Amino acid sequence: MHLLRTALLAFLLSTGIAHAVEPQEMMADPKLEARARVLSQELRCLVCQNQSIDDSNAELARDLRVLVRERLAAGDSDAAVLAFIEARYGEFVLLRPRFNARTLLLWIAPLLLLGGAIYAATRRFRAAPSLAPSAPLSAEEKRRLDELLNPKQ
Amino acid sequence: MITELGHFALVLALVVALVQTLLPALGAHYKDARLMAVGEPAAVAQLILIGLSFFALMHAYVVSDFSVETVWANSHSLKPMLYKVSGVWGNHEGSMLLWVLILAAFGAAVALFGDNLPRGLRANVLSVQALIAVAFLLFIIAASNPFIRIPVQSEGRGLNPILQDPALAFHPPFLYAGYVGLSIAFSFAVAALIEGRTDAAWARWVRPWTLAAWVCLTLGIAMGSWWAYYELGWGGWWFWDPVENASFMPWLAATALLHSALVMEKREALKVWTILLAILAFSLSLMGTFLVRSGVLTSVHAFAVDPRRGVFILSIMMLLIGGALALFAWRAPSLKQGGLFSPISREGALVLNNVLLTVSCGTVFIGTLYPLALDALVGAKISVGPPYFNATFGPLMVPLLFAVPIGSMLSWKRGDLRGVMERLMLTGLVTAFALAVTFAFMHRGPWLAPFGLALGVWVCAGAVSEWGQRVKAFAAPWDEVWRRARGLPRAAYGTALAHFGIGMAMIGIVATTAWQSESVVALKPGEQTTIAGYTLDFKGVAPSQGPNYNELLGLFSVSRNGRPVVDLTPSKRAYVMPPQPTTEAAIHVALLGDLYVVLGDEIKDGGGYIVRLYFNPLVRFIWIGALVMAIGGVFSLSDRRLRVGAPRRAARASLAAAE
Repeated sequence: MHLLRTALLAFLLSTGIAHAVEPQEMMADPKLEARARVLSQELRCLVCQNQSIDDSNAELARDLRVLVRERLAAGDSDAAVLAFIEARYGEFVLLRPRFNARTLLLWIAPLLLLGGAIYAATRRFRAAPSLAPSAPLSAEEKRRLDELLNPKQ
Repeated sequence: MITELGHFALVLALVVALVQTLLPALGAHYKDARLMAVGEPAAVAQLILIGLSFFALMHAYVVSDFSVETVWANSHSLKPMLYKVSGVWGNHEGSMLLWVLILAAFGAAVALFGDNLPRGLRANVLSVQALIAVAFLLFIIAASNPFIRIPVQSEGRGLNPILQDPALAFHPPFLYAGYVGLSIAFSFAVAALIEGRTDAAWARWVRPWTLAAWVCLTLGIAMGSWWAYYELGWGGWWFWDPVENASFMPWLAATALLHSALVMEKREALKVWTILLAILAFSLSLMGTFLVRSGVLTSVHAFAVDPRRGVFILSIMMLLIGGALALFAWRAPSLKQGGLFSPISREGALVLNNVLLTVSCGTVFIGTLYPLALDALVGAKISVGPPYFNATFGPLMVPLLFAVPIGSMLSWKRGDLRGVMERLMLTGLVTAFALAVTFAFMHRGPWLAPFGLALGVWVCAGAVSEWGQRVKAFAAPWDEVWRRARGLPRAAYGTALAHFGIGMAMIGIVATTAWQSESVVALKPGEQTTIAGYTLDFKGVAPSQGPNYNELLGLFSVSRNGRPVVDLTPSKRAYVMPPQPTTEAAIHVALLGDLYVVLGDEIKDGGGYIVRLYFNPLVRFIWIGALVMAIGGVFSLSDRRLRVGAPRRAARASLAAAE
């Protein structure tokens, strides 16, 4: 296992640093190329540490970028391209998790948290007695208040 | 010899920390002043011992003592001195030692500058602080000892070249100071729960420590982001990487804590919540340490993948977090709730701030841990990447930022929303103007982007306007404005600066995300290309040599409208040890944005070089904004009313300070 990793590392280094999308990969049609770029940001480079294939310089990311463009050239819709790649590389390749039973909690969690927090906060206000101004002071009360606040020596 | 002394000092520090855990807390319980008094000298002794140990390790790095395992594994004799020193924390063992050093420094600071604290509270705080130290010292000595000797080697294996960078040399110490600084808030919270008493004074003591930690965390995160921007070579500045999230969550929690502690200090409200938040903020720091250090996440930051270490840190986490939360569940119901306020009030706005910050923190938490949990529970592997966070975290920031200028103008207890809106008229006009100008000039990019930019302008203008109204700018004679400006408490400047900074960061984030220009071209020497109004002449390449690398420089002359602007030399480096290539982007900074040039690979058969060009509009605003926020924090910290140990002289506050 260790040997394998070393070999893999040596291989990766020997290919040098290429950076993300390269001129020769690009599609002639700027509209298709723009779609390819957007799709590339939704796909994970599987051998990297949390990079999209659009950002990554790994060989595998390059292969995937080329694949995305091939599918687009073949007339696939964006969803079809993602489904095509997911079918081959698994759900792990999608940086935007699909909405299904397993990810239900992930997607609704922010809403649940927000609902819970707002509920807790408003409950506090409802429990608190009203702060509406009470009846104004009578002349007698005002006089006494004045006495208390400004005691005469 | 020095290495062994360091090792010895570390073990002694553990013993001192054990004593400091037990005696002051016992003293506080039995009201024994002599036992309580053990806390202060013990905290100082702990700092000195861990400091000795740290400098012993640093010595081993500086003299390149390759008979010490961590030095051999992470250093190299040819490395520049700065990176020999920063290499001390550029690896797992050394970084954990730095962690406890900072922990001990904060503990000693409480011991030395906490004269104004009640004795019982101080004793308990020092005990809790020492308990954390015991756990981590045990971890270091048993599972990641930096002083282990090996048969002496002739040369070290070197430090990962992408980590050999000035910004990164100081990124971990700031980040750790932030993480660990939150331990003080945690210790204060636990001490308050042990005593069963919290009041406005408690919040007043906790706030400066939290603020200091927050300033460090802000700077640490900004440095990491800045480093990623220029070093990783594709102009990104935030990747929603789990390790970034691990530092971002404590920041969000600390930001919430600063605001809720304000309510507690001024109005004695939100006590229970503030205590819980103090516990959570440090728990998130611990979790960050666990995630990064256990190897659960694979990333640049995961130096060592050793399951034993993971289990050890996990146990520490369970003990500290579980213990604190259990104590909270037991004691919190007995804490009395304080002052009342209506929803439309300064307190109400701060509650909204806490709701949104906590929910956004929770969202990042779930997004970061969900794939791990799913994998552990059902064995399914999914990725949660930037598209998820942008879709969930982003929308939460909109109401938060929108509320900033309104909230900071509302009065305490019961606010006058209509009055505040009238006072914000000018701010609204400036914002509308910014929106109109953006729509007029930027015809590409998402249609929401100008609104995002305007939101940033709204926050900035709101901060300026609030300050302006408090000093009566344009409304009073200038000498009175000057007098008011001087009389305004530093904390008011701190708030205004911090809010202005977050507005700036928002502007930078929106502008660079929405309107970045990018171009990837193959260039032969003598050819030229253009981007965002700049013309770049590619003159060719030239080899060059650095202290521990060889590099290939790309020579570019940049001009704009026929006038020369600057010469840029992006490079590709090959480090000697470890043999690894890196790219060094060349960046030209201008008022409106950065021109960012990366030299790529040579194309075979004389096809020239691949050159990647970016124009990142206003991207500097992100880090300048973070810096302004941190400066705001420092201003607040220097306020007399908050300064640790300063006598209370509230009477000095002038008329203008009246809120």
